[in-house]
Amino acid sequence: MSGAAASTADRPAADEAAEAIHIENLHKKFGALHVLKGVSVSARDGEVVAIIGGSGSGKSTLLRCINCLENPTSGIIRVNGEEIRLKPDGHGGAVPADRRQIERIRTRLGMVFQSFNLWSHMTLLENVIEVPVHVLGIRRAEAVATAERLLERVGLADKRDVYPAFMSGGQQQRGAIARALAIQPRVMLFDEPTSALDPELVGEVLKVIADLAKEGRTMVLVTHEMKFARQVATHVVYLYNGQVEEEGPPEQLFGDPRSERLKQFLRNVH
Amino acid sequence: MLRGLLSSVQIALGAYGVGLLIGIGGAYGKLYGGPIVRDLLEVYTTIVRAVPELVLILILYFAGTDLINRVLEALGYARIDINGLVAGIWVLAVVQGAYSTEVLRGAILSIPQGQIEAARAYGMAPMLMLRRITLPAMLPFAIPGLANLWLIATKDTALLAIVGFNELTQETRTAAGQTKAYFTFFVAAGVLYLLLTLVSNRIIARIERWSRRGMPAVSGSAR
Repeated sequence: MSGAAASTADRPAADEAAEAIHIENLHKKFGALHVLKGVSVSARDGEVVAIIGGSGSGKSTLLRCINCLENPTSGIIRVNGEEIRLKPDGHGGAVPADRRQIERIRTRLGMVFQSFNLWSHMTLLENVIEVPVHVLGIRRAEAVATAERLLERVGLADKRDVYPAFMSGGQQQRGAIARALAIQPRVMLFDEPTSALDPELVGEVLKVIADLAKEGRTMVLVTHEMKFARQVATHVVYLYNGQVEEEGPPEQLFGDPRSERLKQFLRNVH
Repeated sequence: MLRGLLSSVQIALGAYGVGLLIGIGGAYGKLYGGPIVRDLLEVYTTIVRAVPELVLILILYFAGTDLINRVLEALGYARIDINGLVAGIWVLAVVQGAYSTEVLRGAILSIPQGQIEAARAYGMAPMLMLRRITLPAMLPFAIPGLANLWLIATKDTALLAIVGFNELTQETRTAAGQTKAYFTFFVAAGVLYLLLTLVSNRIIARIERWSRRGMPAVSGSAR
């Protein structure tokens, strides 16, 4: 990764891995509110892209557009080179044109939410095997074996038969990461994974995410943890008011920011 | 009389089951359907809940069977004798369906939205999500309302006496009329209804405990 403030467009492509996520000129309006104003971001295989920005900058919306939890108003989204087909929704926005296509694409994206969102009527193990068994059609015994390995990995082997409501926030979030890993995602999407946690529980979750980054997993991470973003990210995108204000490698963005707004933002969060 | 109790339970079970199916469809339609579907369901739930059940039963039973026969005749088929049990189930199911639509709609709205969103984010198709996530997740919120509906269903069967169906109340009336022992028979019928409720309560309590397995106990409640 060069030190220059390179946008993804003019970075040399020949020696780079394939694009896992490609977002081009994405717009999102909520009624009169224009949240994303032509954002282009991409993540290549093995990259960890951290999206930072102030409250209301559109960073969570951007992440949620990747798997169409929010339907973009316009723009292009490609996942592993496959473009999500959109059609007009009749109100000036767009919706996925093909439900099966978006469902298939979603199974390649392991989403981790701010508020964990484990299914409350299932034990942790049932949560982790749910999608492999019922969506991906993997045999139950096989899914259970994988799930046990993953729970071991996030340090929750002893919680397999516990319901989410009886676990701490940090445990629930680690469980949610295991659930995401169980689908063997091409890309992991993290939507402020530590924002809902008590300060003393943040560390255990960040450690799990850092381990994933180390093993070369492709990840897009929306976060408020600047120190963490600097540590694990290979590429950082600073969003301001629905636009990419500045992007580049972490050393440069955090060490030598160019934009006044980013400087201001970094002063405020430190 | 026991034969009457049996048909009462049969009708109640049938009407409740069909009513639940109507309710699931109705709740989904009201929450996610287009404007026309929503308006139609609104008309259905409003009318059924506004008109006294006795009147509805008379309308649906007599007008309903007459309508079916007229249609059959118009199509050149012979009139049929509609089975009282089936007719009773359908009439009460229409009533139950309207109430359970509202109970289930409220329960679905009580599910933390994040759980539905997680199901979408992992590529679940709508029917799979309904079966695996939405229905089990809303159950704890729906049980109290649904339990009420079940108890009402068991007693609404008595209204079918008016159309001459031999359920518990009608059988009691016949027996009491023949023996002139009105008090004995009606008290006995009351006891049977009470027993039905007590047994139901036991079963409902078990279902409720099971449906709340993923929820911490409310302080003070026995588990």
